[in-house]
Parts: sequence; structure tokens; C-alpha cells
Amino acid sequence: MAKELLKGNVAFAEAAIRAGCEAYFGYPITPQTEALEHMAKRMPELGRVFLQAESEVAAINMVYGAACAGVRVMSSSSSPGVSLMMEGLSYIAGSEVPAVLVDIMRGGPGLGNIAPSQGDYNQIVKGGGHGDYHPVVLAPASVQELIDFTVEAFDIAEKYLCIVIILADGSLGQMMEPAELPEMKKVRSVKERPNWALTGARDRDPNIITSIYMDPLVEEELNRRLMAKQAKIEANEVRFRELMLDDAEIAVIAFGTSGRVAQSAVKTAREEGIRVGLLRPISLYPYPYERVRQIAGKVKEILVVEMNSGQMLGDVRIGNEGRVPISFYGRQGGVIPLPDEVLEEIRKIQSRINASE
Amino acid sequence: MQTEIIISGFGGQGVLFAGQLLSYAALEKDLHVTWFPSYGPEMRGGTAHCTVIISDDEIGSPVIRNPTAAIVMNLPSLDKYEPLVKTDGVLVVNTSLVDRDPEREDLQIELVPANEIAEELGDKRLANLVMLGALLNHLDVLSIDEVGASLKRHIPAHHRDLLQGNIKAMQRGTALAAGEKLAT
Amino acid sequence: MAEKEWIETLIYTKSGSLTELGTHYCPGCTHGISHRLIAEVIDEMGIREDTIGIAPVGCAVFAYDYFNMDFAEAAHGRAPAMATGLKRVNPDKIVFTYQGDGDLASIGAAEIMHAAGRGENITVIFINNAIYGMTGGQMAPTTLPGQRTTSTPLGRDIEVHGFPLRMCEILSQLDGSAYVVRRSLHNVANIRRAKKAIRQAFEVQRQGLGFSMVELLSSCPTNWGMSADEALTWIEEHMVEAYPLGDYKVSPSIAVTKKDEGR
Repeated sequence: MAKELLKGNVAFAEAAIRAGCEAYFGYPITPQTEALEHMAKRMPELGRVFLQAESEVAAINMVYGAACAGVRVMSSSSSPGVSLMMEGLSYIAGSEVPAVLVDIMRGGPGLGNIAPSQGDYNQIVKGGGHGDYHPVVLAPASVQELIDFTVEAFDIAEKYLCIVIILADGSLGQMMEPAELPEMKKVRSVKERPNWALTGARDRDPNIITSIYMDPLVEEELNRRLMAKQAKIEANEVRFRELMLDDAEIAVIAFGTSGRVAQSAVKTAREEGIRVGLLRPISLYPYPYERVRQIAGKVKEILVVEMNSGQMLGDVRIGNEGRVPISFYGRQGGVIPLPDEVLEEIRKIQSRINASE
Repeated sequence: MQTEIIISGFGGQGVLFAGQLLSYAALEKDLHVTWFPSYGPEMRGGTAHCTVIISDDEIGSPVIRNPTAAIVMNLPSLDKYEPLVKTDGVLVVNTSLVDRDPEREDLQIELVPANEIAEELGDKRLANLVMLGALLNHLDVLSIDEVGASLKRHIPAHHRDLLQGNIKAMQRGTALAAGEKLAT
Repeated sequence: MAEKEWIETLIYTKSGSLTELGTHYCPGCTHGISHRLIAEVIDEMGIREDTIGIAPVGCAVFAYDYFNMDFAEAAHGRAPAMATGLKRVNPDKIVFTYQGDGDLASIGAAEIMHAAGRGENITVIFINNAIYGMTGGQMAPTTLPGQRTTSTPLGRDIEVHGFPLRMCEILSQLDGSAYVVRRSLHNVANIRRAKKAIRQAFEVQRQGLGFSMVELLSSCPTNWGMSADEALTWIEEHMVEAYPLGDYKVSPSIAVTKKDEGR
């Protein structure tokens, strides 16, 4: 397919449709509403399910219901709406049904604003809802990645019977870029739905989907099953992109939009002769700890750039295991750091390195 | 080679659409492009701006501090972006809504009475295209023909009757810019 | 003389829509009766293999252990939203929720209201026993004024806790509601009427007429601090007055129902 100029929110909605998403439940919230509007138009055209729920609480529970029926289902929202979904997400995780969610993050806490932010990192990456679970979290940095990761999200969710969350921010939802959409995939027939799905107990024993196990030993079995699944996910699903790290003395680590901003700064710094490279984690869970560890063994200092107060910083520290100093540059409140600000941080680190030599 | 353009004005002046038009033309020329809008709770009024980055290489940050060029449709936009345009960059000013002269002397400055021209052309909504035409006279990355072609392809169906007017508006802007340059 | 032949006549058996498992409900609780009525209706309609149930949070949280059909367990109050998701992608299946008063009328008030408002083609069995059972007898949104609970030890004071919600009266006002009725389980005659109503509600869904709900006034002897008999009498003497039995919404397309059946 040829490239089209696509707005991020429209792009991921259409990508989901082409990946075989049969049902979408959502609630309007800026800056992701174009996705809901696209679904409202397209899903009925295709004979699929679109429903504007009364709240994000209801939307995620509709997703839960449809997921129990074994169909590809998703929702999308933005930070305050995603907070309301945490209860449902925990139940979906505990019931081990597949579901996809896109969080187009905005400034917070509280009502905050509608500008781009990465303030939901801890909430999304570390679990979010109550209990022991991890959604798989993918962080795109372009409209093309938003498309590609949304398609992949459905496959990962079904492979591991888990939640996959695309963690992007308002700028990715709102910006337009040339990107290529995938071919339209056929929707599964009812007969092709998985054998655990609730489709009516005809010629088989009833299927029960639940997340309550009153006996702690039985609940522990569920927790262990989830842990085993997470171990597989951690072994198979780590993703990242990197740039000019081979001979780098300074490594910048940033995800999503921050990663893109950092990329511009790294390129300019290279033109100035600074040996700096970029690691852009794509899977935030599972986090590329091993790659951070390797990089920390080679560089002299790490710079973490985020659009929050330093949430991924904790994960970089885990991967670094105390090897090299880590500095942090962040903008908060919906402010996108500009490339020249990041460049200035890189220069500061370079002069520290020069001074110590 | 990367060109960064900021288009800024009141909501409803068509600044977002003007930026999209550049983006479509860049896409059709197989260039890398990002269109980054301001977005706010207001549907009409308020301030609106967008950043368009066009490059022959992968684009990193979709936002920048210092653009190569800026179209400013009103006074607040001039106040905000005049200091930010890169040295030797382009500043296109809508003099219909701006009551002061630009102060920078290291820029290519284009003064365009866009609203008056648009009204002469019979539709005051065409001011954005007049401004765009004036800008294109100063940019190597896209030609007015290329932008005109993408306008033909992407003008919304319900505005199709405005196509010729839009193209004429762009041409007027370009001619004005070219003429004034000849005059100085 | 020939040996006398014994003739066995089956007069009672467990419904095929129920499992063999004994329930965990307290002695004298009417959950068992409502389960049985739902199962009989599903048997009689021959829809067990096409029916998907949704259990609430509350005493009936393990309802899926007792019903012999596909079942899911919802978050507290969210069963109507979950049923919406399930039904929309399984439009040819029968989807019902089973919810208590705390689940439906308190924490799930928004979900039930909008499911009804949308005319969601699901059936809701609403167990109103005027108290929270599972958590140990706290005030419910349907607790009567003056009624003692563990969170209203001096009785529900309307100055502090406000008034009970009458869900049939509220939901029947919504255009999406096709069939909204209140029945009681305090004696045989009323149990028979309750079963008819449950049948009607499932028929409404089968015919795609919209939202259907049967509210069942139920007992909670344990948390009311009464014997089973006293509890049934308490329903009759106190609850029926506060929650009048009857048909609150019967869409004109449902011809077979007699308007006065419940009264």
C-alpha cells in the first residue's frame, strides 16, 4: 500500500480495523477523540461493533465482555480516562483474556491539560490496576510505529492472553505523517473463536471466565501462571531501537516522542564531534534492562530524557546497576522538550567528561 | 536538508489546512514530512498554529524552536515568532491584521495584505492561501505547482467549488512576493 | 398372587441448567429459589446452550458454579457493561446478568441506567434484599428507613443516609426498557408469578425487544437476624409496602403479559 498522510489517532484506529478488530468501546477525551470518531464511522460500515460507552469505566468493562467472547476488541483513551479503566484492566488481567488499549497521554495529574505528556509511565508500565500483573507496553515514536504496534498488539495479546497497551502521547495522536496502513485482515468467524471463549456451551462443557479464587493457594497458582507468562514475555518481546551507540561515550535513553526529540539532539551533537548515541526503548514492559546494562558497561554517562518528572529513570537505574552516572532532563505539564534543550544537556555532560580527563 | 515552517494565526484562519497542504505536497514529492498542530479546547477563535517539517532524511523531533520560515496571520503570532525565525529565514506577515513593522533585519520579510487580497478575490477565507503563495516564492523545497496539484487532490469535497479561487489566491501571493522582490 | 409392581413417578428433579454442586448460600436465603427459577425457564425455553450468564460481586459471585452454562464474573456493578460487550459481539446468544442491590443500585447505578437507556437487549435478574450480604450486613441503597444494618446500627436515618432507590420505578422511565417488573419470593404464589416474569423477560430478549429486568424481593435471614420464616414474613410486611409488586414497564409489543399479573 502507498503511503498516506495520516493523523496518529486516525492511523491507529484504522490499523486496528485492518488487524481484525471486531469491537471498539470508548468515551470521548482529548487528545484521542479522533480515534473514537473514526471507529464510529468505520465500524458500522464494516458490520462491526462500535459503542460510545457512558464512561471509561463502562467502556473497559464492555471490552472485558467482548474479550470473553473471543473477539479482537480494543479501547482507546487518554490519561484521566485510563485511570478510570484501571479496575477493568485488573479484571481482564486476572481473567487472562486478550485486550488492546491505546493511551494517548496528556498532562497531569488531575484534570491537567490536553497537551502531550509521558506522565502515565509508572501507572501503565508497572501494572496500574490492583494486584500482580503486567500489561505488555509498546511505545511508538511515529505514526508508522503507531500503526505497526497496534497491529502487533492484537497478536501479542492473543499469543499470551494478556493486555497490550500502546503508550503514546498527545503529539503522536494529533500529528500527521506519511505512513502505510496494512492490508485488511479477515475477521474470524464465530467457529474460529478460541476454545475458551464464551459462545454458548453447545456440545462442550461450560466455559467459565473469572478472576476470583478464594483459596489463596489457588489464587497463588494464577499468580504463578501469570509470572511464568511474564517470564516468556520478558524473554521474547523486548524491543528497542538505537542510533550511533557503537563508539558512544554518552548514551541518551528516551522513549516515544522524547526519543524522537533526543534523536534530533544526538544528530546535532554528533555534528559537533560529541560521541553520543541514543537508545529508544520500544517495549516498556518488558523493559530492555539487558541492553541498558550492556550500554552502561561501555559509556561514561547516561542521559535520560522524558516528558515527566523521571518515571522511566527508575528502570534505567535498574539496568545501569550503578555502573555510570545518570542525569535526567525532563519537561512536565504537557511541555515537549525541544531538541536544543536536550543538546545543551549533552554538551554539559561532554564538558564534565572533558574536565575529568 | 530540512525545512521547518510555522504557520500561526487565529483559529478559523485556515492555518492548519495551509500546513496540511504543504505536507501533502511534500508526501507526493516523496519527501519526509511531519505536520504538528496546536490543539485546544476551542473549535473556533483562539490561537492556532502548526509546525511543518520537510526533509529528505528521517525527521527526528516534530517540534523545533527556530523555524526556517514562519507565516504570521495576526499580531500575537508576529510577536511570538519574529524573534524565533532562523537568520536568513523567511517571515511572511499578514499586514491586514498587523499594525507594526517587523523589527528583524536579518530575515527575508514579505508583507502581504492577505485579507484585502482575499476580499478582492471575492472570499476572505482565502487569506491563508495568499500567504502560502507568498511563502512558496521564497522556498526551494516545494513549488506553487506542486502545492496546487496537492490542493486539487485534497481539497475537501464540500469546498471543491473553491478550488480555482484557492489556486488564484496562491498565485496572487506568489506574484506579490516576486514583484516586491523585483522592486527592492 | 403376582408381586406388587412399584410405579415410580418423578415429581421433582434438579434442573438441567443447574450443576450438581450444592450452593454456599445461607439456610433460608432465597438465592437458591431464584437460581432454580432461572434454570427452569432456560430449560423450558431450550436455550441453555445459547445462554451466557454474568455473575455479580456479592453473595452470588459464584453463581457460575451452580449454573450449567457459559458464565463470566464481572467487576462490582459492571455486569451490564460486560453483558453489553458480550451481547454486541454475540447478538444471537441470550445474555443475562444476576445482580444484587448493592451491585446494581449503588456501585453499578450508572451501568444499569445506561444499559436500560440504550435498550440493551439483555436480561437482568435483580435480587433486592435491602442489605449487603457478602460483606456482612451493611446498608444497601435499598435498605428501608429505620432498618438496622451493621453500618446503620441505629437504623437507616434518612437525614444522614437519604432514601432508598426504587430501581423498577426509575428504570421503567427509560425508553430503552422493554420489560421492567417487580416480583417477590416470599411465598409460593409469588414465586410462581416470579417465574412467569423471568420467562417473559427472557422471551423479550429472544425477540430482540430491548432491555428486560425482573426485580425479586428476597430474604437475607442471616443479616436481618431472623429465622427463615420470619424473614419471608418481613418481606411481606415491610418490603412489599416499600417496593410495590407489579409491572412497571411492559412494552406494547409484549402482548401476552397481563398488566395486573404481579399485584
